[in-house]
Amino acid sequence: MGLLFIDGNQAVAMGATHAGCRFFAAYPITPASTLLEAMLEILPAAGGVVLQGEDEIASIGYCLGASMAGLKAMTATSGPGLSLCSENISFAIAGEIPLVIVDVMRQGPSTGSATRGADGDIQFMRWGSSGGLPVIVLAPTDVSDCFTLTANGFNLAEKFRCPVFIASNKEIGMTRETLDMETVEKPEVIDRAPHTSGQFVPFQVKAGEDVPPFLPIGGPIPVRQTSSTHGPDGYITTKPFEIQASVERLQRKIEASVSSFSYFDLEKMEGARILIVVYGVTARAARAAAAELLRDLQTPVSLLVLKTLWPVPEEVLRVAAEGMERVLVVEMNLGQYVHEVRRVLAKQRVDFYGKMSGQLISPKEIIEEVQRG
Amino acid sequence: MVSLLNPDRPPVFCPGCSHDRSLKALDQAFQKMGLEGSDVVIVSDIGCSGLFDTFFNTHALHGLHGRALTYGAGIKLAQPQLKVVVTMGDGGLGIGGAHLLAACRRNLDLTLLVLNNFNFGMTGGQFSCTTPEQASVASGFLNVLEKPMDVCTVAASGGAPFVVRASVYKKELSKLLVEAISFDGFSVVDLWGICPARYLKRNPLSPKDIEAAIMELPPFEGVVAANERREYGSHYREKSDGESAAPDWRGIEKAFEPPVKARREVVLLGTAGERVITAGTLLAHAAILAGMHITQKNDYNITIMRGPSVTEIIVSPEPISYTGVEQPDVIVALSEEGVRRGWDLFSKVGAEGRVILSAGVKIPATAGQILETDFKVEGIKKKERALAALTLLAKSGDPVTLEMLREAISQSFHGKRREEAQNVLERAAEIPVDARTQSK
Repeated sequence: MGLLFIDGNQAVAMGATHAGCRFFAAYPITPASTLLEAMLEILPAAGGVVLQGEDEIASIGYCLGASMAGLKAMTATSGPGLSLCSENISFAIAGEIPLVIVDVMRQGPSTGSATRGADGDIQFMRWGSSGGLPVIVLAPTDVSDCFTLTANGFNLAEKFRCPVFIASNKEIGMTRETLDMETVEKPEVIDRAPHTSGQFVPFQVKAGEDVPPFLPIGGPIPVRQTSSTHGPDGYITTKPFEIQASVERLQRKIEASVSSFSYFDLEKMEGARILIVVYGVTARAARAAAAELLRDLQTPVSLLVLKTLWPVPEEVLRVAAEGMERVLVVEMNLGQYVHEVRRVLAKQRVDFYGKMSGQLISPKEIIEEVQRG
Repeated sequence: MVSLLNPDRPPVFCPGCSHDRSLKALDQAFQKMGLEGSDVVIVSDIGCSGLFDTFFNTHALHGLHGRALTYGAGIKLAQPQLKVVVTMGDGGLGIGGAHLLAACRRNLDLTLLVLNNFNFGMTGGQFSCTTPEQASVASGFLNVLEKPMDVCTVAASGGAPFVVRASVYKKELSKLLVEAISFDGFSVVDLWGICPARYLKRNPLSPKDIEAAIMELPPFEGVVAANERREYGSHYREKSDGESAAPDWRGIEKAFEPPVKARREVVLLGTAGERVITAGTLLAHAAILAGMHITQKNDYNITIMRGPSVTEIIVSPEPISYTGVEQPDVIVALSEEGVRRGWDLFSKVGAEGRVILSAGVKIPATAGQILETDFKVEGIKKKERALAALTLLAKSGDPVTLEMLREAISQSFHGKRREEAQNVLERAAEIPVDARTQSK
């Protein structure tokens, strides 16, 4: 087995295929377009469907239909397209429709710069849908992560019946790098749990569980799906206790399980008094910075690379920051995730360094920020 | 013949609402076709038409305003045996106009019922895309300013192969719906009716008026001959069966020992059309043949055949963390607009570094050795220059050798493209180049 030379978007396509994705719909947008190309190379030959939607609203809509009809589905876009997906994202949440959404982020605001990277959608992915219910967001740092986290993303979407975001970036999605597939973690594939016995009630959960068993539209038993506020039977409900129980369950099923899918790398350094918290492509600069700080400046710093961003893996943050004099959050934006870190580490000093100029944050900038003390 | 209506959930339309008739006609159509609840999915969206799915004991999906056609298409492609009936009002049609056009062009086997009652009933009787200019509605004078849309004309010109305009009061409406649902392709049924709660309050409208109004418009009674063609789903499955096998993920096997076991940062600064990024990928491929780790990061404008084109390649015996170029070992300067994009990099090149310079291109101060070539004089065309420059680099054996570059070409290209590339390499390999430092 040799080395692959692929970009992050191709690696996402491979991870999706590994996870059993059989439906992909997207509207062309730089820097996500090569994902459409990659899926076109893979899916039709594998018996799957690729649609080029008339817009991003349609593309996610096609995916929701296909997912409800039993196929694992994915869409991919960038910030401007994600804006259009918003209404259907909340449908995926409300209707508990498994779906993977890849956001290959680019410089914003607005149409911004198509060929420049940024991490400006980190809070947008979490909060950019009506109702404010939680979603899962995973952030790759390289092509290997793109494969593994996309496969994990499908598994989580299936397990919890929810939308899962892959928070990519032009600098990952369109940067090609060598990948040894033999060293890549390939998660075991999980499928949504089917309803097996008794009367099928579309949103009824079993005692002690928070995710309703699934049946596809098109099977022998008629299935109801609705974007309206519904009771377990999938019909509109106006009963306040039923509505409250439903939204609390939708929140609980995602947030209560975060420890089971808190992906991260913690590189603890002996004698470190500073913890750098970072995600996405910036993690690579931080890693280089940490190595240089230790090697050339005899300054040990610990590094926490978060790959699960939402729900916030609070326990991971607390453990990593324990005893640290200073926590430095570095982001390719004007300060988004730092708000979560400050919330979780309320009693600790949390500093921020970031920029959103279309350029990568360099190891040198991070080193200077560390030295600023 | 069993009704598919849900006895536990009787219709809740306003007294006199024409949706009631459409609902019953649809149920009769299902019965005539001998369909069971599991054979059908009703896909609806927002507004009174969005209640349809709740009255049937079938598969059902109720979603966002105007997007029902998109859900229906996803379902149909996943479950081709299903009869997919999409219900929308004139409101949903307006907000989801792009989806109507896409569905017409695509010709997937869906049936769209437009329950057209000329206003937004549920939100207070505002005007929709089908409200007549002379109607009095809850949007003040605004509807007077806009021309109503003829659903059928739009659908037919959009490519729908089955289009019908009918009054809900038409006799044998269910027969018409059977035809539409049975049609193998996208069928549009523009059903005109009365909204007693809103529209009728301000606008006298009788079944006879509707009949008369329909008579005045171009007739649409079913198959649109000019649009008849293959149904999308079966066509898609046929085409995808013919697709080649899954892509090759075996990767590039190691075939050389690395000539240099050190990290190298190489930047190509050129212009669209010089095949800069392709050359960068070839360099990467050549280095991978020696088992090196590579990142390749490109920078270009959104214009395709104009503007700067930049590729940054890092070659390393170790895994690469940061993908940015900080201290280039090699800069290939092919054009001034490319050089302007990478202007700041030149001062970071050390005395050991190299700049491969296309004659006449102005560059800023640099400590690196300069290898200048007049590609024009050497007969190297614009699209050949990036590869020719790489060949000059490979002659030094750092970071790749000519042999590695030859093998990369042979593995990357086929046929004529391979011959062309090989030809460029061999010609460029003959170009004598002396290194010099920048004159002060």
